Amino acid sequence: MSIWTVLILAVGTFAIRYAGPMLRDRIVIAKRTEEFLNRAATVVLVALVVTSAIVVDGEWAGWALPAGVLVGGILAWRKASLAVVVIAAAATTALLRLAGIA
Amino acid sequence: MSIGICIVGVSFGAIATAAGFPWWIPVAMSALTFAATSQFAMLAVVMAGGGVLAGLAAGVLVHLRHIPYGLAVGDLYWGRWWTRMLGTFMLIDQSTAFALAAGHDRRRAKTAYWATAVIMFIAWNVGTVIGVFAGGFVPDPDVFGLDAAFPALLLALVFPALKDRDTLMAVLVGSAVALATAPFLPTGVPVLLAILGVFATWPRGKRREAAE
Repeated sequence: MSIWTVLILAVGTFAIRYAGPMLRDRIVIAKRTEEFLNRAATVVLVALVVTSAIVVDGEWAGWALPAGVLVGGILAWRKASLAVVVIAAAATTALLRLAGIA
Repeated sequence: MSIGICIVGVSFGAIATAAGFPWWIPVAMSALTFAATSQFAMLAVVMAGGGVLAGLAAGVLVHLRHIPYGLAVGDLYWGRWWTRMLGTFMLIDQSTAFALAAGHDRRRAKTAYWATAVIMFIAWNVGTVIGVFAGGFVPDPDVFGLDAAFPALLLALVFPALKDRDTLMAVLVGSAVALATAPFLPTGVPVLLAILGVFATWPRGKRREAAE
């Protein structure tokens, strides 16, 4: 990898980040469109959560990872604070791994 | 959470250095790209001998999810040219999720966006530098369960939005699509296909509007 590779990745990722707001700027945003766009971003975020918790490198992630995320999810549903959710999720996964459960 | 991203940054710096790259490559990547998944994706492909071009393609592909992010929260920083540039650069999973979690209160959303982005940027880059120089002493972040902490954080942030039935429906359909395609498609594509879930609720929304 050279300085050029680093720069190309930087420019590429910036262009992708720029594309969203630029498109948004061109279309007149009605309240309903706004809701639709927020919903789309929410869907992508949750899909990212679900896929990264269950599939790692195209394969089953093992039990420890989804179990930790699930514990975090249940706590979030029970309206626990962000810190509690995050620490409980990490602790569950770490302890399961410590116990030898992948 | 900033400690978490810092440790992930440490592992990025350590892995890149262990793979034989000079110190400035991971440091420049973190400072200029500021996209953990893209950087790891590219590093993985190049380290596996896939070549620089394939690495760049992988890095860009996993980054495409930022287009819907920008469409949703882009107005928060679309003011002067320099806030546009800086805001665009700072668009990440966490800044999007914190901004969306602030709901309709635009001032709170703006504050949440910038605060999250700046804290994450500092943590990520400090972590990378530590990783580069601490090299071999670095533990695997998976031991601490950090790979569970990040999805859990995002989940907690979007949870309130799921009270809306249409959003919940869209999320369920979208996640099912992403999960079903994840074993076959390259990383980054399944989460984009999840957007199809939104269209599952589109006609319902229209009909309801017509009924109003």
